[in-house]
Amino acid sequence: MPTDIDLYERKMKMENRKNVLIQIFISTLYLSAFTFGGGYVIVTLMKKKFVDEYHWIEDEEMLDLIAIAQSSPGAIAVNGAIVVGYKLAGMIGALVAIVATIIPPFVIISLISVFYEAFKESFLISQLLMGMQAGVGAVIASVVCDMGAEVLHARKISSDIIMAATFIATCVFGVSVIYVILVCIGIGVIEALAFGRREER
Amino acid sequence: MIYLELFLSFLQIGAFSFGGGYAAMPLIQDQIVTKHGWLDMAEFTDLITISQMTPGPIAINSATFVGIKIAGVTGALVATIGSILPSCIIVTLLARLYLRYRNLELLQRVLTTLRPAVVAMIASAGISILITAFWGSDGIISLPDTDLIMVGIFIICFLLLRRTKLSPIAVMVLGGVLKLLSAMLFGVGQISI
Repeated sequence: MPTDIDLYERKMKMENRKNVLIQIFISTLYLSAFTFGGGYVIVTLMKKKFVDEYHWIEDEEMLDLIAIAQSSPGAIAVNGAIVVGYKLAGMIGALVAIVATIIPPFVIISLISVFYEAFKESFLISQLLMGMQAGVGAVIASVVCDMGAEVLHARKISSDIIMAATFIATCVFGVSVIYVILVCIGIGVIEALAFGRREER
Repeated sequence: MIYLELFLSFLQIGAFSFGGGYAAMPLIQDQIVTKHGWLDMAEFTDLITISQMTPGPIAINSATFVGIKIAGVTGALVATIGSILPSCIIVTLLARLYLRYRNLELLQRVLTTLRPAVVAMIASAGISILITAFWGSDGIISLPDTDLIMVGIFIICFLLLRRTKLSPIAVMVLGGVLKLLSAMLFGVGQISI
């Protein structure tokens, strides 16, 4: 028979869990709505919130969770929300975090796409959008310069070959990117197994 | 069935975009523009631009944008769920494995191999965006038809990004304003060689 104290404790636990879920929801919703600049920024802010502010996750563990978020396929912001939600409150926590992360972009883009269809034909908007095409091209070119330099600086010949071969395959021959990714995963697994063995010796 | 097609397309985008940020872009282009023709290259470029200026991951933004255009809000929901489903499964599995074994080595090695390929794929996608910007949506390149104003705006934006600390959003807006000003001064027709 559960005593009054047991019931009280259970009630407190449920209250606590509810509070954690609400806090996860509000935090991830806020981060998702106000973070410009992609997933890398968002996971840093998550660390600030959940490690430095709430002390719900330990520093080192958070770094590994971020590593999982960054190395899994999919958007880093979504992956980050999943690891944090899962760590704090299991599957329900992950679900709450995902929903909170998706709501802001879903609402914003829904509104924009309605306006986009309506305003695409207007002189002002069409010219602005066209100029921004050159701008976004420049942003991507700049990102590629930074990322490419990083790869070249690692001075790993196999990386350079993969980069050149992928560029030729996708840009010149129009090979579907999914095949390229599958091949690279294959190479990575083989390399990892080979390297792993070498280190064991 | 359009919902199923949307779902499967974005499922692939979600499952194969490694590395975050721009990594999803070549996959989205592959599925949305090349395979299904749901957007043309100009609309795709607008989508990337809009994604840059609003919060939220490119994959989610694209799922919402394309979903609404093709099949309304239900389409947007279906596409969004498709794009996050692989993450949900893979990330929770990995998190569970990690919390038990605390070892991520194989995964990170594979990611290191993928990195240079992802950079090259982003470069390819960037080039198709520039082709659209300089030569229009049909993608036919010929030197006399080059839109010199767009080339000029690209060079200005690129230099600003490399030499100053201006944010990408500010630089893109500036690109838009420059084009608008030039259209008001010289008319909409492109200035070419």
